[in-house]
Amino acid sequence: MNFEDTPQEAAFRAEARAWLAANAPREYEHDLKTSPFGSVRLGGRDVIAASKAWQKKKQEAGWACLHWPKAYGGRGATPIERVIWQQEEGVFSKLSQAFIIGHGMCGPTLMPYATEEQKRRHLPPMASGAEIWCQLFSEPAAGSDLAGLRTRAERDGDDWVINGQKIWTSYAQYSDYAILITRTDPNVAKHKGLTMFFLSMKSPGVEVRPIRQINGDSSFNEVYFTDVRVPDSQRLGAVGDGWNVSLTTLMNERLSIGAGMPTGFQELFDFCLQAQTPEGPAIDDRAVRSKLANYAVRASGLKYTGYRAISALSRGQTPGPENSIGKLVAGAMMQDIAALALDLQGPSGMLAGEDRLAQDTQFQAMLMRSAATRIEGGTDEVLRNIIAERVLGLPADIRVDKDVPFNKIPTRGR
Amino acid sequence: MNFEFSEEQLALRDQARRFLTDKCPPKAVRAILDGKDRYDRALWKGLADLGFMGVAIPEEFGGLGAGHLELCVIAEELGRALAPAPFSSSIYLAAEALMLAGSEEQKQKYLPKLASGEMIGTIAFSEGPGNPSPKNIQTVAASGRIAGSKNPVADGDIADFIIVAARTGKAGGEDDISLFIVDVAAQGVTRTIVETLDPTRAHAKVDFVNTPAESLGPKGQGWRILQDVLDRAAVLTAFEQVGGADRALEMARDYALDRMAFGRPIGSFQAIKHMLADMYVAATLARSNAYYGAWALSTGAAELPRAAATARVSATQAFQLCAKNNIQTHGGMGFTWEFDCHLYYRRANLLALSLGSLSQWEDKLITRMRATNAA
Repeated sequence: MNFEDTPQEAAFRAEARAWLAANAPREYEHDLKTSPFGSVRLGGRDVIAASKAWQKKKQEAGWACLHWPKAYGGRGATPIERVIWQQEEGVFSKLSQAFIIGHGMCGPTLMPYATEEQKRRHLPPMASGAEIWCQLFSEPAAGSDLAGLRTRAERDGDDWVINGQKIWTSYAQYSDYAILITRTDPNVAKHKGLTMFFLSMKSPGVEVRPIRQINGDSSFNEVYFTDVRVPDSQRLGAVGDGWNVSLTTLMNERLSIGAGMPTGFQELFDFCLQAQTPEGPAIDDRAVRSKLANYAVRASGLKYTGYRAISALSRGQTPGPENSIGKLVAGAMMQDIAALALDLQGPSGMLAGEDRLAQDTQFQAMLMRSAATRIEGGTDEVLRNIIAERVLGLPADIRVDKDVPFNKIPTRGR
Repeated sequence: MNFEFSEEQLALRDQARRFLTDKCPPKAVRAILDGKDRYDRALWKGLADLGFMGVAIPEEFGGLGAGHLELCVIAEELGRALAPAPFSSSIYLAAEALMLAGSEEQKQKYLPKLASGEMIGTIAFSEGPGNPSPKNIQTVAASGRIAGSKNPVADGDIADFIIVAARTGKAGGEDDISLFIVDVAAQGVTRTIVETLDPTRAHAKVDFVNTPAESLGPKGQGWRILQDVLDRAAVLTAFEQVGGADRALEMARDYALDRMAFGRPIGSFQAIKHMLADMYVAATLARSNAYYGAWALSTGAAELPRAAATARVSATQAFQLCAKNNIQTHGGMGFTWEFDCHLYYRRANLLALSLGSLSQWEDKLITRMRATNAA
């Protein structure tokens, strides 16, 4: 039992480190480190332009989409090499946020379902950041119950005509392309009438409206479709097989191995060292210490659970289901940590943004952003169901709409 | 990175599981619960015959000299089976104390017999209400004799020798505590069986009146040695707790699959599914933290105190959560003597207190993290 690299891993790490030392955009380092929690601010400089420039540089040197084949813009690297790269890239990976959906979900969906020609056209610019992709899945009436989506695609000659609305689409406002799941047959059960496509976000009839979130940012969007035409050649998978195609996409959500979910614990610990109570530093307070210890073991448990997954990768194995706990633990923990840190600030804890008094902390931003962590990419409740069903083998929920034609499923609760 | 047990260590774990499934079924645990004996002597002999007691004891002292990672995988299985035997007292505590602080002569005298199971050892550090501290240790030592009362002492009534923390100075500070080895056959030793939450693990009150005692380690270093021993025992006990938590979760899962209510298995209700998912999360975090402790223990890492406290807090929480929610999943039947849920509930809550309570270890963890100032 040790934390050491194998000789090959050490050589790879040294190569990554040397390249980063010579090429990382140091001019952004300070701003990236001090950006408000969950956001990227570069002192007024264009974040998307900076992200694209860094991604292009990485791709040209073979440090983008490491696990993809070289022919598609990747490096053909092993999973453990990808983890090592993530560890080494560190704070500069914050410049990859606009590409996460494309690299983590759209690309892996194109790999098995797009034609060779389409892959050679679209994957390299996706890898280099020249073209940003988003994923048009969730809808106002289809969140956790994704298969309840209502955006229609109707066949018209060689095209499909799309009408409907998507929501919670990350980075849609910057995207050039998207994968899109639609309903092509409302007369069959809900999972059976779905079909997947990809399309240009510049297609006539596509309208993107950024959502103003509770933290003031707009990383999510609504996307409206009015008679948008998509050629049948851009269909991914068979007509009516969209649900299975989407599962391929969602399986690839397990991309955070090794990168680790932020928990806010280190920030809280540092804060408790310097925050003062009438009796002295907060860290000397018995009640605070007990809470800190509880967060400490959860943060540590996540870290070493990640190490177990990395070890499995290092041995060429697939990590086990224990990795599914990351977001469930980290999201709730971050929200509680933010509330505790504000509690220790007394009434001044309500002061936010530039007016906050504890200038080196960002718990106000963490409080607001962490509410989304517990929802996006699978709510806490969905994640508990997944653990219960796929890890512990408990029965699936009873689905009263399972065998009902989609257009016969009730749509109002009362 | 290789943050996992080796193939050989995992094979040892499998061997231990097969042995304990056979020799330590719930029926064997219940025999001790019902007072048939103070510990399972046949099991103890079987564990000795397999060499399990000696895996971390060097060959020169009669052990196998394999290492602490091997001891960790055995501990997990002992915890899973709720083994009613003095393994933790004799091996995690007494043998570790002797290996850390014993003279060559003391090691030669005790370690081979601990490794073979011929002798049972323990440590007595608790006196009266509250967590052990230099202040509340009232047992005094002077001129090779000790006087005082220890309670509870794990396996105190079945041990052959007891390592006793006693006061050798007046101020009640850390430097005033020293360790002594006491032969239970010596003059002035009185042992009284005490009732505890978990009768499957023997405990006693032990009184010393003008009892001859031999020093273990330098005078005034007893408290520090004790802390080192407790850290090592915390890692090993964490594996017992992780094993117990896993078994309690399995029992709850199995019952949730079988038990029908409202026309469905109760495991199909989200209230039950989510409760079990939370148990799985706690058990997984605890296992990963126990591995961290195992790494620190086996490599002699400087951060062992921090790793031990992390493993201890996490494993204590996980076993307590899984044991209590195992009862909850079983409903009323979980509250019966007949079902095995209470065996895990008892052990979880006993282990949560045995090396000092959860709140004390939380406090230690933050002190140690602050000392290294690397959260």
